[in-house]
Amino acid sequence: MADETIISTKGLTKHYGEITAVDHLDLSIRAGEIFGLLGPNGAGKTTTTLMLLGLTEPTEGSAQIAGHDCTRDPISIKRITGYLPDSVGFYNDMTGRENLRFTARLNNLDSKSAEERIDAALERVGMTYAADRKAGTYSRGMRQRLGIADVLLKDPKIIIMDEPTIGLDPEGIHDLVKLIRELAVKDGRTVLISSHQLYQVQQICDRVGIFVKGRLIACGPIQELAHQLESEGNFLLELEAEPRDGRLEELLRSQEGVREVTRENEMLLIRSAVDMRGSVMELLANNGYSPLLLRQRSGDLDEIYRRYFEKAGDTHVGQTDPAAGKKRPFLHKKEES
Amino acid sequence: MTCIVGLYSALTALRASAASTDANTQASNYAAQEYMFLNLFTTSGSSIPSIVSFLAFLGPLGGVLLGFDAVNRERSHGTLNRLVSQPIYRDSVIAGKFLGAFTVVCITVFSIGFLICGAGIFSTGIVPGGEEIARIIAFLLLTCFYIGFWLALAIFFSVVCRHTATSALACIAIWIFLSFFMTMLAGALAGAVYPTSGANAMTNTLSNYKMTLTLDRLSPYYLFSEAISTILNPNVRAIGIVTQSQLSGAVVGYLSFGQSLLLVWPHLVCLVALTAICFGIGYVCFMRQEIRA
Repeated sequence: MADETIISTKGLTKHYGEITAVDHLDLSIRAGEIFGLLGPNGAGKTTTTLMLLGLTEPTEGSAQIAGHDCTRDPISIKRITGYLPDSVGFYNDMTGRENLRFTARLNNLDSKSAEERIDAALERVGMTYAADRKAGTYSRGMRQRLGIADVLLKDPKIIIMDEPTIGLDPEGIHDLVKLIRELAVKDGRTVLISSHQLYQVQQICDRVGIFVKGRLIACGPIQELAHQLESEGNFLLELEAEPRDGRLEELLRSQEGVREVTRENEMLLIRSAVDMRGSVMELLANNGYSPLLLRQRSGDLDEIYRRYFEKAGDTHVGQTDPAAGKKRPFLHKKEES
Repeated sequence: MTCIVGLYSALTALRASAASTDANTQASNYAAQEYMFLNLFTTSGSSIPSIVSFLAFLGPLGGVLLGFDAVNRERSHGTLNRLVSQPIYRDSVIAGKFLGAFTVVCITVFSIGFLICGAGIFSTGIVPGGEEIARIIAFLLLTCFYIGFWLALAIFFSVVCRHTATSALACIAIWIFLSFFMTMLAGALAGAVYPTSGANAMTNTLSNYKMTLTLDRLSPYYLFSEAISTILNPNVRAIGIVTQSQLSGAVVGYLSFGQSLLLVWPHLVCLVALTAICFGIGYVCFMRQEIRA
């Protein structure tokens, strides 16, 4: 994995009238890494992606991919960059293969190498069986896979994906995630994923950038972000203990270092300034409680995400993944320190 | 279908006029025999309008049909952002749409034209002379540009409107207005400014007529009709009002091709200009638009 920066933006800004969609963004992405752009809807991720591809003009600032300026020289960028939009469309009355042939012609591939690449790409995404059916008959997952095959046709150095896992079933997500990992690790391509599905992103991204209201408020590997939160003294412990009575909460509150104890269904959430696991276990044992569940939540991306939103002054809680369980929005209020 | 119906009406009328031994003036007989073939295009049967009026009327619909969903459909099906993320210039997309459709229009128009000629030669045995062929080709070219204007208008609406239905309706509304109502409106406006009844009736007649004509010419349909009636009918020697004094001393005869063309070239320029302007505006709008999913 080379360490050179392949995508870089300097002060990239986009105003739509009075609304600032992207606010002085400084980003640099290294070649061969998988970078996740995380953020809620309306944070400016899609706008950033469009500006990187030259599909929208920035109001201020500049963006560069592989040395080419995104606004001045988009054609050279589009030769080496593949784009998978979040609602990928195909010509419905042509078959999948014919759609790919059309793209190959637009990319100036001669027919022989085009056919070879089409076959290879279809094989890679597992769409060979459906390639000769009309694209209008495809399911959503199939269209997504055909979209990736379309992107792979031009053998791009960089792939930009906008919400790739939306609408896919769990198996489809698993396959897609595996494929993306393969593209980056085996082929050495740089992949930029813009998403709000945290769990999938967590599985594959080397680094993430958290976007809120057009600003990049944190950037780095997930472990680093978690440590950063912890070093600021934000630990969150999930606890379930038997017998369930109201006394445990007061006992915990009286412990040193505990900032707040809240109840979430059957679970207690303990916010503290230090790692409380040891002292909590001692407390439980001394008072005749037996623990059913004890989990440190601060390393969780969901938690990181939510924390950073609160830091950014957001009153909404970030998007939650349904697989994570029953988290309710507006759970943590503003009087948190 | 246009072809067949128009042909039927023309052939019946043509046969009738060729066989007539009416005692008209020598000039009109002479002209009728000379330019018999062109009558194929312009004469009409008992209740069916001529081929030319068919083309003038339905041609725009063909142009609108080819263009109204050019860009909307790509956008609504999600193929536009895929298209634009390929390494092609964005103006190739819209230029390609226009030129592709324009080529189809040209091929169709010329095919219809030559088909009619062929059918005419085959059924009536009258063979067109050199000048007639030149006139027919000029007529077909004018038709291409006329339909091209409607195509450009349709493509402009498809760029600007989000839904294909909106752009189709807008184009058809404009077509109906310009084809049917423009003449009425022109007459009414001219009558309001230069009334032909009342105190100034005599002096106003000329200005009234001039103004009606000018306003009429704002409609491409009228421009087109005027142009082709001049091109296809060599008896037409002037466009617009001609006073008695201008007519006196004129030699009886028909207009040569070059002269007919001279009469008509402003119309052609207008049509081409209108097409170019419509396409230009659509082009600029498309280039500056943001392409989102």
